[in-house]
Amino acid sequence: RTSAILSKMVYKRFVEIGRVAFVSFGEDQGKLCAVVDIVDQNRALIDGPNIRRQAIGFKFLHLTGFVIQIGHGAGTTAVKKAWEKEGIEEKWQQSRWYKKLQMKATRRQLSDFDRFKLMKVKQRRSWLIKMEMGRLKKAQKK
Amino acid sequence: PELQYRQYQVVGRKIPTESDPTPPMYRLKVFAQDEVFAKSRFWYYMNRLRKVKKSVGEVLRVIEIKEKSPNQVKNYGIWIRYDSRSGTHNMYKEARGTSLNGAIKEIYEEMGSRHRARHSVVQIVKTDIIPAAECRRDNTTQFHDSKIAFPLKHRLPRSNKKSHKSTFKA
Repeated sequence: RTSAILSKMVYKRFVEIGRVAFVSFGEDQGKLCAVVDIVDQNRALIDGPNIRRQAIGFKFLHLTGFVIQIGHGAGTTAVKKAWEKEGIEEKWQQSRWYKKLQMKATRRQLSDFDRFKLMKVKQRRSWLIKMEMGRLKKAQKK
Repeated sequence: PELQYRQYQVVGRKIPTESDPTPPMYRLKVFAQDEVFAKSRFWYYMNRLRKVKKSVGEVLRVIEIKEKSPNQVKNYGIWIRYDSRSGTHNMYKEARGTSLNGAIKEIYEEMGSRHRARHSVVQIVKTDIIPAAECRRDNTTQFHDSKIAFPLKHRLPRSNKKSHKSTFKA
């Protein structure tokens, strides 16, 4: 059903049973969970390997592109099984979203010396790019 | 601190006298924020339904009734009696949720918003878990779909840091 909708609709990520979501607010911030059941138009019952089973508002969820195969109202063990079967942990860690989060976390923890080193590395990179650009321009003029 | 309703079971009776050594015990299930209010409501109903007042009666036990399955979504049917400006009416409302206390909170809020009925005029007559086939309200039955799927539209940017919090999200 979702694939039929996907081909026609503007929206690509749907709240559905098994949709993996990122918790963006609260104590469990930064964790992944799966939608196990829909409570009402504002809340979903979620569960995940590192998160307690609970009802959470959609306001605090960011949907990912991953879906696991579970029945509605599936128990915690069933969710865990489906999670591992789909390989969500590896998929998540290979995603750009996760990598960007890691990068932001690293940047926030840089010391002043690290930032100095980063500046020097960026200068070096931009110098290399400019040199190569100059060479290409010269080659094109000929 | 958010308002939280709890369900209490209050058991009480008239104080035994020489003429009536074993008076009947009565049990009331009530939704309240604390035991104090639960006992207060117990005497409110006892006064009206039986010839027992707080001054001649005693509360034997107050127990909180906890949710049996807080990790399961259920359909709650709630029967209400409330006073409007021009009369008193019965109502049946449905709420979907993981706990009865949460559903009751929603109902009180709904009664306040839709009917301007304050807490004191709303009486919860009966509550029950309704199987999906017997739900009467479209707002509840629309979620009885094992292949339910909907996108999240009109997403507002929301900060997760208190320092970035704002009253209005443009």
